[in-house]
Amino acid sequence: MDTEEKVSFKVKAKILKRAAFVAFPHSLPILFGYGFLGLTYGILMSVNGFSPLFTCMMSLLVFGGSTQIVGVSLLTSAFDPLNSFIITFVLCARHIFYGLSMLEKFRGLGIKKIYMIFGMVDETFSINYSANPPSDVDRGWFMFFVTLYDHIYWIIGSTLGAIFGTMINFSTEGIDFVMTAMFVVIFINQWQKDKSHLSAVFGLVLSGASLLIFSAENFIIPAMVAIFLALTLSRKYLEGKVGDDNDI
Amino acid sequence: MTMTFKQQLITVGMIILATLIMRFAPFVAFPDNKPTPKFIQYMGKVLPAAVFGLLIVYCLKNVNILEGSHGIPELIAIVVTALLHLWKKQMLISISAGTICYMLLVQFVF
Repeated sequence: MDTEEKVSFKVKAKILKRAAFVAFPHSLPILFGYGFLGLTYGILMSVNGFSPLFTCMMSLLVFGGSTQIVGVSLLTSAFDPLNSFIITFVLCARHIFYGLSMLEKFRGLGIKKIYMIFGMVDETFSINYSANPPSDVDRGWFMFFVTLYDHIYWIIGSTLGAIFGTMINFSTEGIDFVMTAMFVVIFINQWQKDKSHLSAVFGLVLSGASLLIFSAENFIIPAMVAIFLALTLSRKYLEGKVGDDNDI
Repeated sequence: MTMTFKQQLITVGMIILATLIMRFAPFVAFPDNKPTPKFIQYMGKVLPAAVFGLLIVYCLKNVNILEGSHGIPELIAIVVTALLHLWKKQMLISISAGTICYMLLVQFVF
């Protein structure tokens, strides 16, 4: 990426255009899933008396599905900034894992990396980690556009929900399953790529066990700790399996 | 609403701060210009598979096996999504079909 300054503007525009074009179909599942979730969030905000502008600004500046939905209850209860901080902090803990997984892929991407780290929600991470764009596509810009598309869908969805929310009357019940389906598909893709399935099994089993032991609100942190410990303990075994190749 | 506008802004500020800390922490701790420790590199390689499993469970966290539809529509829709994906390997087809299947199940069957 050091040669970036040297390539002419025209060539750069072509690289951008190609990345933007290729990234779009990859973002489609998110258009439906996140767009709908945004709509739901917008409705929730308008029901609670927030203006469409406030909702739009939240989606622009926070950009996080579950965080903003929990944020509604934080904003409508008694003023408690420390509590708001802690709850959001715990809710976002899983982003530590996303960051660790993307360290190598984001290496050397320059200033756009800052936006990509800001915009790394569950869906963006999943697509950016697992997608395999053709080799003539700039991977950095591809990931940048996936992030940007997701952000746009989220902003538009939530703003539309805040403006028109109460007028929608066809049944969209169950459409939020699109996110579950997307993660199932990405899980399978990853499974078929992996030489060892131990980590995938850890993820499912330890999270499932944690959900059974703790409540739906509290299971993530114990699940993360259990996964981290299990992967640490099986390092010798897994490193022998995965080898030293940096390829996914 | 119980909060003043100023208090709302402070609350939003707290939400943004906590979100940013969590998202940027790994990149601040392990910057580009320093070699990432071997253990962290290992974690970066093996974590994603576990994270995708965690995300599936996260999506299903509010499903109650003991009450209501007992998680049967979720189970059926996941099986449909998975089988279709193993067969056709077309991400969008698997996702759309699984979602439509789920919507039909919760709206008309259960």
